[in-house]
Amino acid sequence: MRLLEMNHIKKSFDGQEVLKDISIHVDEGEVLSIIGPSGSGKSTMLRCATMLETIDDGEIIYLGDKAAVSRDGHAAYAKAADLKKIHNYYGLVFQNFNLFPHYSVLKNITDAPMRVQKRGKAEVYAEARELLRKMGLEDKENAYPYQLSGGQQQRVSIARALAMKPKILFFDEPTSALDPELTGEILKIIKDLAAEKMTMVIVTHEMNFAKNVSDYVVFMDKGVIVEEGKPEDVFNSENQRMKEFLGKFEA
Amino acid sequence: MTVMQIVQQLFNSMGITMEIFFVTLVTSLILGLGLALVRMSKSRILSLIAKFYISVMRGTPLMLQLLVVYFGPFFIFGMQITPSYRLKAVLIGFALNYAAYFAEIYRSGIAAIPVGQYEAARMLGYSKTQTFVHIVMPQVIKRIIPPVANETITLVKDTSLAFTLAVAEVFTVTKQLVASQSSVVPFIVAGIFYYVFNLVVAVFFDYLEKKLSYYR
Repeated sequence: MRLLEMNHIKKSFDGQEVLKDISIHVDEGEVLSIIGPSGSGKSTMLRCATMLETIDDGEIIYLGDKAAVSRDGHAAYAKAADLKKIHNYYGLVFQNFNLFPHYSVLKNITDAPMRVQKRGKAEVYAEARELLRKMGLEDKENAYPYQLSGGQQQRVSIARALAMKPKILFFDEPTSALDPELTGEILKIIKDLAAEKMTMVIVTHEMNFAKNVSDYVVFMDKGVIVEEGKPEDVFNSENQRMKEFLGKFEA
Repeated sequence: MTVMQIVQQLFNSMGITMEIFFVTLVTSLILGLGLALVRMSKSRILSLIAKFYISVMRGTPLMLQLLVVYFGPFFIFGMQITPSYRLKAVLIGFALNYAAYFAEIYRSGIAAIPVGQYEAARMLGYSKTQTFVHIVMPQVIKRIIPPVANETITLVKDTSLAFTLAVAEVFTVTKQLVASQSSVVPFIVAGIFYYVFNLVVAVFFDYLEKKLSYYR
């Protein structure tokens, strides 16, 4: 089943074209990695997918529901009520975690399911504790974010996103604020999620990780997709720009 | 008049001072938040109006503002001013003035909340109101306690400006007693009163700050 389709996305900031006709799609249970140099537009793509940014033109379709369609060369977004429903389909894990500092770990995870989704406390708490156990944080439920390491904070933020039961989970450079040791913790968790067939879109600089965990890889540069396909194909591509980029990485 | 009688007379005026203090604090903290939101609103016109209001309130003497609030209704609308309006004019003047200062404090606190907090809340489906009430405001309150404490301490001392409209608060009565009794005792008693009042205010805000230090 197709969970997300983004077609011919265009986005400019102050006349600067950041996304030039980009199309991607994600099927259920698939892991899509978006790689590319800084300023290639990959984070912007993610922010457009999660509707933190609005697109100038193109279409965004979640599970067949149209969030935005192209009309007369401009993107037209769906009604607020429809967008609210579509919003429920996805979650986002940020580079800097963005946990709520005044909430305990448990409250960070349980507040939105209860307040926003109006689910029962007993059920939400049980699920949150199960998520914490999966993240190896069962002893941290009463801690506050500032008392946790970066890796622990990121694990809480993954649990917080999962508690909303999204059909698709986005990661915006989830390990870029972490040192190599902590990066490993997070990558392992994403790998475990992939094994459980969680549908994910990951913007990352971790090339080996992208190679190992993804079903599909998109390489972006200067607002266009330069290369895409199965990881083994993309990482062995003969494309000059792609080789340059990977070469820099191996150096 | 014995010292005890002087203290007794001043004691009655302390209630008025405290009334001015508490009413001003509550109303201006509420008005100030509204004013800050208008100041930060997307509407340029509303924002400019709020900015101008704050600039006038902070740029002119509170004493002058009290006189304008007191005499304004007569000179502008030809309304009859009654003596009972004096205290009301003081309360209105103080609230309008302090709202401007608190608005700027709120504004700085709200502006200091990282945009990531709003984005995270949005990703979790919180409405704008829920985000403001449950995510933003608690963090704002923690951040603004020190400047609010500062302003509140100033307010305790500023209540003495009510003497401008001859409201019988501590300072007004002190001056009267000093003149009629030819004694400096009222000055000393008033000084101790203001100092102890502010000591209590400072202790209260310290307590609040500690209470909110469970997170960073």
